[in-house]
Amino acid sequence: MSTTLEAPASTRGLVEITKVRKSFGTTEVLKGISLTVEPGGVAVIVGPSGSGKSTLLRTINHLEKVDAGFIAIDGQLVGYRVKGNKLHELPERDILKQRTEIGMVFQNFNLFPHLTALENVTEAPVVAPRPEKARLSQAEARERGLELLGRVGLRERAGAYPRQLSGGQQQRVAIARALALDPKILLFDEPTSALDPELVNEVLDVIRELAKSGTTLIIVTHEMGFARDVADTVVFMDQGQIVEQGKPQDIFTNPQEERTRSFFSKVIEPAFNI
Amino acid sequence: MSSAATRTAQSPAEKPAPTETPSPTEAQAPESQAAAAQTGETQAAAVPAGPADLRAAVDYADYRLVPARRPWRWVGTVLVALGVAAVAWSLATNPRWEWGVVAQWFTAKSVVNGLVETLKLTAISGVLGFILGFILALMRLSASPLLVSVSWTFSWIFRSTPLLVQMLLWYNLGYLYEKISLGIPFTDIRFFEAQTTTLISQFAAAVLGLTLNQAAYSAEIIRGGILSVDQGQLEAAAALGIPAWRRSTRIVLPQAMRAILPTAFNEIIGLVKGTSIVYVLAYSELFYTVQVIYNRTQQVLPLLLVATLWYVVITSVLSVFQYYIERHYSKGAVRTLPLTPLQKARKFFATHAPASTTGPANTAGRK
Repeated sequence: MSTTLEAPASTRGLVEITKVRKSFGTTEVLKGISLTVEPGGVAVIVGPSGSGKSTLLRTINHLEKVDAGFIAIDGQLVGYRVKGNKLHELPERDILKQRTEIGMVFQNFNLFPHLTALENVTEAPVVAPRPEKARLSQAEARERGLELLGRVGLRERAGAYPRQLSGGQQQRVAIARALALDPKILLFDEPTSALDPELVNEVLDVIRELAKSGTTLIIVTHEMGFARDVADTVVFMDQGQIVEQGKPQDIFTNPQEERTRSFFSKVIEPAFNI
Repeated sequence: MSSAATRTAQSPAEKPAPTETPSPTEAQAPESQAAAAQTGETQAAAVPAGPADLRAAVDYADYRLVPARRPWRWVGTVLVALGVAAVAWSLATNPRWEWGVVAQWFTAKSVVNGLVETLKLTAISGVLGFILGFILALMRLSASPLLVSVSWTFSWIFRSTPLLVQMLLWYNLGYLYEKISLGIPFTDIRFFEAQTTTLISQFAAAVLGLTLNQAAYSAEIIRGGILSVDQGQLEAAAALGIPAWRRSTRIVLPQAMRAILPTAFNEIIGLVKGTSIVYVLAYSELFYTVQVIYNRTQQVLPLLLVATLWYVVITSVLSVFQYYIERHYSKGAVRTLPLTPLQKARKFFATHAPASTTGPANTAGRK
C-alpha cells in the first residue's frame, strides 16, 4: 500500500486549534479548546457523549463556525483571512478550497445513495475547486477512483450502489471518497459507531494503514483498543473541555485526572486485555 | 400441520406426466424415506424416544411443490369480472351513449385542434409553473427573510384564490391597468409600453393564470422533496468542497426527485384537466371546443365523452412517462430495480412457454 502524497510529511497537515468556543443556543459545547496535532500525527479524541468531540471535529473543516478562537492548518486560518487587524470571513468558494485539503469520514457514511461507489469517489475531484491543483478530468478521476477503491479492497465493487454494500464496505468507500482529494488531514467522526461488531475491524484496518501514510489523522472514536494501537496522542474531552491528553500508554495506564480515570474504568473492560 | 401432507411425492427417475399422484400419508412418508432420515438431522436424533412419525427427518429436496389453493380469490375474481363485464356490456349496448357520434367527432379537425391547444397550454404552463415553483422553493429555503416571505406570500395568495377568479382577473387586467410599461421606476424613462388589452390575449391570460397557480403548488412540492433529503448528504458534499450549485443539482435534486415525482405528476395530470377551466375565457381548447359543438348539435353526452376519452389518453401517456421517470430516479434507492411491465411480460412468456417445462414452479403455474 503506497502513499501518493506529494509534499514531505513534515510540512503538511499541522493543525492548531486555539481557544475555540462554540455554543448552540444557551449550551456551550466547546469551552475554550486548544489542541495541536503535528503533521502526520494521529490524534484520537475520546470522551463521553455530549462532550463536544464531534463538534470540535466539525469546526476543523468549518462545517461548524466557531464563536471565538481560531483554527489554523499549516499556519493558514480556516474560514477567515487576516487583513490588517481584522478577520474577514472567507467567501464560500475559498472555504470549499480549504475543505478539499481536509477529508472527513462520517459516522453514518453519508455516501450519495444515487451514485455508484466509483461515482461517489470521483465526484469531488472533478468539480471541487482546489488550491494550486487543477480539477481532474472524468478519465483521470476514474483511474484515481479505481485505485483508491482498490486501496480499501473494493475495486471489484466499483459499480455497486451504496445500498448494495455492507456497512463496513460503505464506510470504506467513504474513506476512499475522502482520500480522492489527497487531503493533508483526515477527520474521522466515530467511523465505526454505526457498524455491526464484526464489520468494525475491516474499517479500522484501513485507518491503521492510513496512520502510517503521513496524513494527519484526527479520530473521534469509542474503540479504546484501536486508540491505543494507532494514536500518537490521546485526547480525553469532557463537558466541552480537554481534561487530559498524552501518549496512549500514559493516559490509558496512568491517567492523572479523576474524570479520565473514571471514564476509562467504565469503557475499558478489564477482561479484555487491550 | 406437517407440510408433508400438502406436498406430493415425485421421484426424479421416472417423471410421469403431471397427473395427480396421491399424496403419501404422514405415516408412510418417514417409513419410505428411512434411509434419508439417517443422514444428518442431529436435532431429530437428539430427541429421546419420541414417536417416529413426529420426526421431520426426511429429505424433501425431491418433492414437488404444490401451491396452496385459494378458493376465495377465485370467487372474488369471478365477481369482479362479472361486474366489469356488466359495465362493458351496458357501455357497448346502450344506444344512448351514441358511440357512432363519438367516433365521428373523436378525430374531427376542430376537436383535434382543441386537443393541440390543451396540450400546448399544459406544456407551457406546466414547464413555466415548475420552473417558477423551483425558484420559489429555493427562495423559501434561503437564509434571506425577505426571499422567504415573498415566496411564502406568493404561495399564500395563489393558493387562496380560486383559479377561475385568477383567470378572469388576468383577462380583465386592462380594466385595472390600461397600459403596461417597462422602465425605470419613479422616473419617466420607458423602454416599452403597450395597451394591456392587446398584450393580454386569451392565450396569455390562460398561460399566466395557469402558470402562476401551478407555480404556487409546485413550489411546495419541490420544497417538500428537498426537505426530504438527509442533511448529512449536504454536509458530506460541503465537506468534499463540492460547489453549492453542483450540490443542489447533482446531490440533492436527484434524491429529492423521488419524493417530488409522484406528486408532481398528480399536479400535471390535474393541470391537463385543469386547462378546461379556460373555457371561461372562450379559449378554444378541447373542452371549450366540444361545448361549442354540442351546443350546436345537441349531442351533449357523446361529445363530453369525446373530450373525456382524450383526457384519458393524455393521462395514460403521462402515467407511462411517470413510471419510467420514477424508475430512473429510484436508482440506488432500492437494491434491485423492479421489473418493468415489458420485462415482466417477457419473463411470463419465457417461463410459461410450453417448450421449456423445467422446474417445479412451471408445472404448478400451468394448471
